[in-house]
Amino acid sequence: MSSQTHNAGHYYVPNPVAYPVILSSGLLALASGFIFNINNFPAGKWMMIVGALVILGMVFKWMGTVIAECQNGLYTKWEDKSFRVGMIVFICSEVAFFAAFFGALFFMRVISIPELASFDPHFTMYKDFTSAWPSAGPGGVVLGKEYVVGHLNPMEAWGLPAINTLILLTSGATVTWAHWGLMKNNRKQLVIGLFLTVALGISFLACQAVEYHHAYTEMGLTLGSGAYGASFFMLTGFHGFHVMLGTLMLIVILIRSMKGHFDADHHFGFEGVAWYWHFVDVVWLGLFVFVYWL
Amino acid sequence: MSSTTAAHHDEHHDHPTGIMRWLTTTNHKDIGTLYLTFSLIMFLVGGAMILAVRAELFQPGLQLMKPEFYNQLIGVHALVMIFAALMPAATGFANWMLPLQIGAPDMALPRLNNWGFWLLPPAAILLTLPFTLALFGIGDGAIATGWTFYTPLSIQGGIGVDFAIFSVHLLGISSVLGSINVIVTILNMRAPGMTLMKMPMFAWGWLVTAFLLIATIPVLAGAVTMLLTDRHFGTHFFDAAGGGDPILFQHLFWFFGHPEVYIVLLPVWGFMPQILQTFSRKPMYGYKAQVVSLWAIGALALVVWAHHFFTVGMPVPALLYFMYSTMAISLPLAVLFFCWIATIWKGSLSFETPMLFATGWIVLFGIGGLTGLVLADVAADAQYHHSYFVVAHFHYTLFAGGMMGVMSGVYYWLPKMTGHMFSERLGKLHFWLTAISFNLTFIPQFFLGLAGMPRRIPDYALQFTEFNMISTVAAFVLGFSQLIFVYNIVSCVRGGKKATDRVWEGAEGLEWTLPSPPPYHSFTEQPIVK
Ligand code: HEM
Ligand SMILES: [Cu+2]
Repeated sequence: MSSQTHNAGHYYVPNPVAYPVILSSGLLALASGFIFNINNFPAGKWMMIVGALVILGMVFKWMGTVIAECQNGLYTKWEDKSFRVGMIVFICSEVAFFAAFFGALFFMRVISIPELASFDPHFTMYKDFTSAWPSAGPGGVVLGKEYVVGHLNPMEAWGLPAINTLILLTSGATVTWAHWGLMKNNRKQLVIGLFLTVALGISFLACQAVEYHHAYTEMGLTLGSGAYGASFFMLTGFHGFHVMLGTLMLIVILIRSMKGHFDADHHFGFEGVAWYWHFVDVVWLGLFVFVYWL
Repeated sequence: MSSTTAAHHDEHHDHPTGIMRWLTTTNHKDIGTLYLTFSLIMFLVGGAMILAVRAELFQPGLQLMKPEFYNQLIGVHALVMIFAALMPAATGFANWMLPLQIGAPDMALPRLNNWGFWLLPPAAILLTLPFTLALFGIGDGAIATGWTFYTPLSIQGGIGVDFAIFSVHLLGISSVLGSINVIVTILNMRAPGMTLMKMPMFAWGWLVTAFLLIATIPVLAGAVTMLLTDRHFGTHFFDAAGGGDPILFQHLFWFFGHPEVYIVLLPVWGFMPQILQTFSRKPMYGYKAQVVSLWAIGALALVVWAHHFFTVGMPVPALLYFMYSTMAISLPLAVLFFCWIATIWKGSLSFETPMLFATGWIVLFGIGGLTGLVLADVAADAQYHHSYFVVAHFHYTLFAGGMMGVMSGVYYWLPKMTGHMFSERLGKLHFWLTAISFNLTFIPQFFLGLAGMPRRIPDYALQFTEFNMISTVAAFVLGFSQLIFVYNIVSCVRGGKKATDRVWEGAEGLEWTLPSPPPYHSFTEQPIVK
């Protein structure tokens, strides 16, 4: 009944390292710098820069160490399983993070805006609410900026966002194709697949940058555009941030593949990134349906 | 704890010593020690804050501090106690004991483990720094909204709110890392033959805890992020002027906040049956029932959050739903209570310090659970909400159910960790002083709440004076009794009677098969469990 073979070996416990504690100091500097910055203390900017540099350096060193350990064969099946389970749990926590923002979106659409619209105009400060979505507040007025528009223009779903959907779906396919290449030891397919995935990720980000620019400069749609603007930019913004991280991770994996890392039964690094990429993909589908389309 | 584990450290010449050892360690016991030490220090810091509050409440009127500062103290007290004292204590035990109990060489992800701890001191700095900054004329002090960050107050608040937001972010990352590590360790590092249903109960308790953390901590992170953008970047999530709603924040906060109260308790529910069985010298009652109950509580905890704001204005069906689902949690909780009592039933009991705390814990935590049931009643809660009754309720659960449970665990495992016995005499003294002064502090608060005294207000009506005086005096006794605890721990670390491997006559489990203190690397050869 017991599986005595799987851990007959020795579990790799790394030597003491200073990366985490330095990384945390970097985070402390970044966070407090950011706080000072948004509260108009000029020193904040410099703290942020120092903090960000420390963080970048440490992530770089830390990942480098892990890759070196991996190449030196310190990780067996046993450690590999730890990484896999850990990555799955981490992605679950990311799902919960996005759930908070989707929850806010649904709450405003389903509960708070219809309720605001239902108030007797004699007894409310905000008289012109309608329960229509998208809503940026009373009468669809864009708040927080000087210009005022009659009604809010939502971001059209079937333009750039639809293209972005195609891009991400395709990239999910290319990364899987790369995986097939790895499984049958076809390195060329692996590298080409990863390269295409990275390219698609970057195109996605470029499209989104165009879209944001369009929103701010032409549509008057900003973070301050009430419930719609807030949920639109926070959801797509955090998603975009995750795409950026995912792309960076893919680039690392691409470089490693070109250097000949990974083989058919030893490639957690590749799979972890691929899972992450699929997760980002699925979140986007949710965004496309509930933020852009419906 | 430091000096003794250091003795074992000679076997590893390549490892740094002194402060660098603690900064860079990847060893589960060292990291566990860090967590537990941090927890103890923050317990004293948070305690000092609330003693200042109790001093202010000794009589009606404003004596010692401005209301603004009072508000800062109560909020930071709660955040410190929950996030920096209770949760790190639980994680410290997980680090120390999980690998020993399941026969693993270490935690599964040792470097992340180190990072999980070293996020805590920066978080504590962020939380408390605004107090110091205010002395230099920067900002107006720490967060003054209470630990719940309610909007719109928190949107109007000062720089302290921003610091608290980022503190919560760091604490959140730490908790998520800790949970990942625990889950992976439990699923992947068990000794051969230890099937899930043979795991120590502590592992089950922590597994459910980690599940809840993964599900809810990111939601809190999202909520405070929206708060941050509402404060500084013009969004309207919690502002009706743009279609948002302040009550949305309460939903998001309590979606995390209610599971959080189980997060701090589930690890205790895990090891407490082990302590009870040790000092009853008979096997734990109802292992399967306990596992099922832990999961039932974990699942229900996610769907009852709105009982924290029944009075805010909700449709009646929602009120009814949240009332009944909340009450439903009492069922699995009652199963647990039944199992705990059945475990000691007709055992050959002996009352060493850990067992004193454990039995006291059953009674006092029971009061916490029962008063929760009262609050879960929508109609009754209209009267009790935001009164001292709630304060008394959650101190019976968090201080008695949480802290006293942790103390029981500390006394239970301290000889194993240090290799020395602590002073039983001082331990017993600590227990009786704690138990008596705790009740004298909080029983009056039940009556104050029933009589209508609101919480979080620095002044009160004259008729509440006597009970507040009793509560304050007892709180000071309670606070200073904890110095005995500290003294007992420190002297136990320094030396004392050698502890045997088994330490307690009736102790069962893999951790008691290792020497006290255990070797630097726990199980380099995994034991085989039959
Ligand atoms: C069957 C068990 C329980 C029930 C039915 C219950 C019910 C409740 C209810 C209805 C409230 C809201 C009262 C109000 O604000 O009007 C409350 C508050 C609270 N409960 Fe419980 N509870 C239970 C167990 C626990 C446990 C085990 C803990 C913690 C370890 C806990 C910690 C708290 C805390 C911290 C608050 C107050 C939070 C705040 O407003 O600052 N409760 N409880
Ligand atoms: Cu609750």
